[in-house]
Amino acid sequence: MTAGQRARRRRGLLLVAPALAVLLLLTGYPSLYVLWLSLQHRVPVFGIAEFAGLGHYAFLAQDPRFWSAVRTTGLFTVASVLLELGLGLLVALALQARPRGRRLGLSLLLLAWAMPAVVTAKLFEWLYHPSAGLVNVVLGGWALNWLGDPRLALPAVILSDVWRTMPFVAILAYARLLSIPAEVYEAAQMDGAGRLGTLRHVTLPLLRQIVMIAVLFRTLDAVRAFDIMYVLTGGGPANATETLTVYAYRSLFQMLQLGFGSAIGMIVFALVMTVAWAYLRLLRREGVVT
Amino acid sequence: MKRLVHALPDALVLLGLAAYAVPFFWQLLTSFKPEAELLRLPPLLPTRLTLDHYRVVLEQSLIPRALANSFGIASLTTLLALALGVPAAYGIARLAVPGKNLLLLAIVGSTAFPQIATVSPLYLILRSLGLRDTWMALVLAHTSFALPLTIWLLAGFIREIPHALEESAAVDGASTTQTLGRIVLPLLAPGLASTALLTFLFSWNEFLFAYTFTATEASRTVPVALALFPGVYEVPWGDIAAASMLASLPPILIVLVLQRHLVRGLLAGAVRE
Repeated sequence: MTAGQRARRRRGLLLVAPALAVLLLLTGYPSLYVLWLSLQHRVPVFGIAEFAGLGHYAFLAQDPRFWSAVRTTGLFTVASVLLELGLGLLVALALQARPRGRRLGLSLLLLAWAMPAVVTAKLFEWLYHPSAGLVNVVLGGWALNWLGDPRLALPAVILSDVWRTMPFVAILAYARLLSIPAEVYEAAQMDGAGRLGTLRHVTLPLLRQIVMIAVLFRTLDAVRAFDIMYVLTGGGPANATETLTVYAYRSLFQMLQLGFGSAIGMIVFALVMTVAWAYLRLLRREGVVT
Repeated sequence: MKRLVHALPDALVLLGLAAYAVPFFWQLLTSFKPEAELLRLPPLLPTRLTLDHYRVVLEQSLIPRALANSFGIASLTTLLALALGVPAAYGIARLAVPGKNLLLLAIVGSTAFPQIATVSPLYLILRSLGLRDTWMALVLAHTSFALPLTIWLLAGFIREIPHALEESAAVDGASTTQTLGRIVLPLLAPGLASTALLTFLFSWNEFLFAYTFTATEASRTVPVALALFPGVYEVPWGDIAAASMLASLPPILIVLVLQRHLVRGLLAGAVRE
């Protein structure tokens, strides 16, 4: 290593060090601390703290409420990601195909994406109102109790999440479509490909990478989603919308079981990291990331 | 059949526009509807419009205080994230940092961290520092996820600046600090502005940390105030709609300013190495 290279390294390290220190303090340390917490029995108000070992995890393994939360998280994630993906691609293609209303459409999509999730939750709570909600009015006056009926609550929550996050997929896909040069389409036309043929053999393959990335981001977000169900239903009715994050939160700050809640938090953490790792491997194999 | 294929995109566009325009419009309308007409449908449209809900929200609720808290916390978070993020992004994009790939992976990885896993340790840490229910608690908590995002976005913007400019400055004898200040920062200004607005937006919208680390009006942010909106006997839907509109103002302004950049920025942010 030459003196110049060494100087560059030193300067680089110097510039990165403050940010790194803060990240270690605010993310690194807490993520080790949460592992430690999850091995303890802690009730903060009474100042109780004793070592529980893997006790919380052993309890969770046979806790029906935990497994119900796992199922709800899975259902929520799969349904909302699939819907967002399907609708998002459809919207992106529609935006590409029809210039009219494109600006307005993009603005509305961006707004829905940029609003606080709590605002979206309040908006949907009002739309779902049993008697005065627009949803029931549109459905011809059915007085369905969307958020109060255990069978309807999860679909209702999923729908509002899809509304809020589909724009992300649509905008990503649309931006990718914008970057496809016109010659590609002209060539397809010269080869005699019809509209559907072009879509199948030209457009969709070009969207492949961005779709995979969107699925990765959206899956991670869906697994750790909290705001939307917590504000809309608080996990109810009858725990029908209680995902792992909501169960963790309720354990932590309502039942004040810091150790137990941290154990659930650790499981969400492990789940998210597994998803991220699996997708990264996939993306690498596909050559999307290096 | 052919006509159907042609009409389909139009129908989709219309349906899509309606699906997004109607809820916004409905919330806006609700915020101006007289109390007596809120829970009666039909008629859908109110007989008159009123500012009562805005008056209640601005004069009798904690929303104005929450708006001030949110504004202060999001601004300070943005400043802190940029102050730490600009040098770090420059170091990663341009200089040789030992273990750079690992570092980048850690930064990307930490953007995927679920907040629910760090909320309990952060709660204990902030409490033991005596920071509970202060702006500082949220500024620190928000920086934990805003900083990786800032570094990630900025490193990409810096890579787009032609490197030759900096090299010639170095040949002319400029120090790293001088190069950063005189060459990189001015060229980075648009990217810096976009990054700042996005960081602000994420801090403004954040709920879980804000809900957990605040206890009173001293630090409650808008999303928290909205989630805790008091309704003793009945839910004040009109007031909530008015408060929602006020809470959405900064995001709306940010989207209007960044509209063009956001579409490209989201794409770049997503596929960037």
